Amino acid sequence: MGKKSDLRRKLETAAAQANPAEPADIAGVVEAVMNNLSGDVSLAEVQLYRELQRLADYIQSAKREIAALRPEDIRSRDIPSATDELDAVIGATADATGAILDAAEALERMAETMPEGDRVREVATRIYEACNFQDVTGQRITKVVRTLKHIEDKIDALLSAFGDGLKGGATAAEETVPSDDDRRLLHGPQLPEEANRQDEIDAIFANTK
Amino acid sequence: MAIDMNMNVLIVDDYKTMLRIIRNLLKQLGFENVEEATDGGSALMKLRDRNYGLVISDWNMEPMTGLQLLKEVRADNKLKHVPFIMVTAESKTENVVAAKEAGVTNYIVKPFNAATLKQKLTAIYGNF
Repeated sequence: MGKKSDLRRKLETAAAQANPAEPADIAGVVEAVMNNLSGDVSLAEVQLYRELQRLADYIQSAKREIAALRPEDIRSRDIPSATDELDAVIGATADATGAILDAAEALERMAETMPEGDRVREVATRIYEACNFQDVTGQRITKVVRTLKHIEDKIDALLSAFGDGLKGGATAAEETVPSDDDRRLLHGPQLPEEANRQDEIDAIFANTK
Repeated sequence: MAIDMNMNVLIVDDYKTMLRIIRNLLKQLGFENVEEATDGGSALMKLRDRNYGLVISDWNMEPMTGLQLLKEVRADNKLKHVPFIMVTAESKTENVVAAKEAGVTNYIVKPFNAATLKQKLTAIYGNF
């Protein structure tokens, strides 16, 4: 009876805690229960023991699977490498777009002395319009980099929870949800099938007071 | 509102490429006095420093966004009547509604073309 009360007290204490229990703590509770279960045990205690054993097995299995993913490599090498590559893409497209604009501006200057000047200026305009892509793709890549950072934070949290002393506290990554209304509206470019077209925007604009 | 082709136009974007594109398109339309800012804060300083007849601004900038800049402009007695066009990749309905409610004069979604820019300017100033 004393053992049962002790276990119940431990479980109630764990349940009363504001933060979810650490996996290591749960495993500790399971181990303590196993060590304490001796002599006459009730059916309920045996069922509880089995459930706790299953929970401990599940945690061990999850740890093995996460370890097989080599999360430390993902965090320290793969994600930084991916973000560097994406930053390089932004830089390279900016440089290329700059060179294209140089050429278009040169065309416009030449157009002033050409008999077909208006036609050449039209071509330059099409080039300016096409160069819009650099801004939109840059914003899309920035969204991907932000997502990778979010994944990195989640891996940090996993390593903290299952890291066998790799890290001290098991603090979960904070969500980077913008707090004020203005920041909530920063979505970046939508996918083409989801984005409002200019004519749809004009209709929304006209119908908004 | 009659258009003055010599008025100062302020374009605001954190992408240098976009500043260059908008400047070139405005130049083709006949606007010669075009100035640039790369974020809302520096744009506001420029707006308070001299007279501008038009602001064309991106939305997604740090630290001050285009929407915040718009709200600052509309809250300033000296600036509140300056036409303000948002040119942005933010195409969600809630963005258009928020910008309109904040007092934006017109809204262009990126990527855009020269015809759309001229159309919006014509809507503000009439044919030119």
